Amino acid sequence: MSCSRRDLLKNTFKATLASTLPLSAFKMLSPAQVKASVGDANVRWVFLVDTQKCVGCGLCVKACKNENEVPYDPPITRTWVERYVLMKNGQSHIESPFGGRDGYTDTSIHENEIPADQIAKGFFVSKLCNQCKKPACVQVCPVGATYQTLDGVVLVDRKWCIGCGYCIMACPYGMRFFHPVHKVAEKCTFCYHRIIKGMKTACVQNCPFEARLIGNLKDPNDPVTKIIMNQRVSVLKDEYGTKPQVYYIGLDTNVR
Amino acid sequence: MKNHVLRPLFVVIIGVALLLVVRHFMVPADFGVQEGGNFTYNFHRLSNVEDWKNFKVKYRGREYCQECHEENAASILDSPHEVIQCENCHGPAIDHPDNPETLAIDTSRAQCLRCHTYLPYPTSQRSELPGIDPQDHNPGENCVDCHNPHNPDLENM
Repeated sequence: MSCSRRDLLKNTFKATLASTLPLSAFKMLSPAQVKASVGDANVRWVFLVDTQKCVGCGLCVKACKNENEVPYDPPITRTWVERYVLMKNGQSHIESPFGGRDGYTDTSIHENEIPADQIAKGFFVSKLCNQCKKPACVQVCPVGATYQTLDGVVLVDRKWCIGCGYCIMACPYGMRFFHPVHKVAEKCTFCYHRIIKGMKTACVQNCPFEARLIGNLKDPNDPVTKIIMNQRVSVLKDEYGTKPQVYYIGLDTNVR
Repeated sequence: MKNHVLRPLFVVIIGVALLLVVRHFMVPADFGVQEGGNFTYNFHRLSNVEDWKNFKVKYRGREYCQECHEENAASILDSPHEVIQCENCHGPAIDHPDNPETLAIDTSRAQCLRCHTYLPYPTSQRSELPGIDPQDHNPGENCVDCHNPHNPDLENM
């Protein structure tokens, strides 16, 4: 068989064309539908936790578990309350037994009696999904089971999730866990079924002290937005660059 | 063109065609069609948002309880416990009074101790709540035997 240089180049060109044309029919990416950011929605759900007001009653955790059908006794939860007791000598005691579901009814921590006169600071911090603007969990999902809605909430498609657990590893906040009944990744949804009906999330509604608030960041008249815009608030683990959208009042450096 | 060039080309074309056919039937029509969105190109089923929207609401809030239990709601709203939602002790209403017909009230000591165990934390609102030492204050007794949760202050009873 003989093949001139001219034929080789010609055939290479044809073969390249032939192989690229059918690929364009895949329509894997439709750039027209991909916009740079959430531009259209006029709702962006955000959360505000006031650690000064939290008393560690754990009613939010109890309500969340009941509302969202998270199995009550296994040590899994969509939201939890952490207790921080920082001593005058620099020692710190941090715990969250069962996510604080049953409240904090004992002065001792990990069976250590804490002398009251040695306590410098003592407070409670509640945690929940940060519904990040750039969610690491969504980025790593190999099957498109987890996604962000246009109003900023990250959800998991229970029919689509294969339970690989990448998202559980990717979340810098450890918010995700494996649902033992549905056998899929599970996370806080900001009670999406409630907030779209104009209700508060279960944890917000059942918090007696207004330590938890939910609001719409795109509404300048929203009381939560006003606090976030005008008062001193901070977020957890800003350095991960996921742009978390749960804001805190009164965080301490010991809170991670 | 020679046969040995065409044959693998046919294999590739058939493979691509097969992939497109399988993909056509396997990928739902609403997959990856959402407008807008972020860097993840919206690779998800749009209809799943509806699934989450239709999730059952269980905690109905005080306004729902008040529709029938007006007196009970009024009594707690008149007490220092006004900040506590009905369903925190009475349990989630769900579809009460149809389903469940009755709600189990949590009258346990543990329920009261969630807030009323005194914790000496100077930087938390917890230390400002009326609190007891549970080892010291009638241990083992049910709080509700003396205190009415809808009117907890013993001096006002």
